[in-house]
Amino acid sequence: MISLNINGKAAQVDADPDTPLLWVLRDLLDLSGTKFGCGMALCGACTVHIDGQPTRSCVMPVSGAVGKRIATIEAIGDTPVGKRVQQAWAEIDVPQCGYCQSGQIMAATALLREIPKPTDKDIDQAMSGNICRCGTYPRIRMAIHKAAGQRGES
Amino acid sequence: MIARPASLALALATAVGMAPAHGAAGGAASPGALFDPVARVVMSPRCINCHQAEAPRQKDAGVLHAQQVVRGKDGHGSAVLQCAACHQATNTAQGKVPGAPNWHLAPLSMRWQDLDKKGVCEQMRDPKRNGNRKGGTQVIEHMTSDPLVLWAWNPGNNRTRPPMSHQEFLKVLEQWAEAGMPCPP
Repeated sequence: MISLNINGKAAQVDADPDTPLLWVLRDLLDLSGTKFGCGMALCGACTVHIDGQPTRSCVMPVSGAVGKRIATIEAIGDTPVGKRVQQAWAEIDVPQCGYCQSGQIMAATALLREIPKPTDKDIDQAMSGNICRCGTYPRIRMAIHKAAGQRGES
Repeated sequence: MIARPASLALALATAVGMAPAHGAAGGAASPGALFDPVARVVMSPRCINCHQAEAPRQKDAGVLHAQQVVRGKDGHGSAVLQCAACHQATNTAQGKVPGAPNWHLAPLSMRWQDLDKKGVCEQMRDPKRNGNRKGGTQVIEHMTSDPLVLWAWNPGNNRTRPPMSHQEFLKVLEQWAEAGMPCPP
């Protein structure tokens, strides 16, 4: 059995140590808010936080997450910053198809925790690994600025 | 830069004394030619792609890293798009995503971007720009044991490796170091 700390709670899973964390979350723990996109860390749909840092769970072996704090989209609204991000997302109506949006929100929340008043450049450098095939990037940028309590630069 | 004339003089003096033997072994026309095989390795994509200034590069063509990845404050990426977001302790996704412990760019002082062979050589022997490695022994140690260096010879997914084996590389590196780390003119 592998012991994990997920969203502040202890979890025990029976999984091969090489199993990608994403499959442990989705298939063993029913935390299906985190999405499978490319399986190669190229799109960001599977982004979770590992000790606060956005991480692609599709390529992280579950063994790599042992002893670390794992946070997923299911609990991000329990944090003050995550809640602000979700509210901004809803007010601006960011998603189109929505598939990438849990990853986008995880990345945006980590950004605002680290840089509470990000510039457009900060946003580019934080969010460029999260792809949106619907092209909602302008709304994502707007929502991040809104969650930061600032007007956008552009 | 300031310390280089002294070390260069020492290097050349040492190199001149040892040049015949190494020249014969490597077919080198000048002591600085001992760096040629070293350069073929360190300037190959698996090495130079991460010895960059602002952003890492990828693939044999050395294209800028996808997703606008940047060096960041300490060579580990931007504040929340860090190398470890994707690069694990080993290769993942059937080798498609490279991985080794503590994946990161070489320190800014150790960048080889835009340097020619001579420039890379001078950087490698300058403790101010080579990670404070004072002499050949410490440079060889880096090349022998650093997990990211070693990854270059086991990159997976049919990636091109450096143009000689790691053992051969250490041998030519030792020859260059023993000669006093001479650089091409």
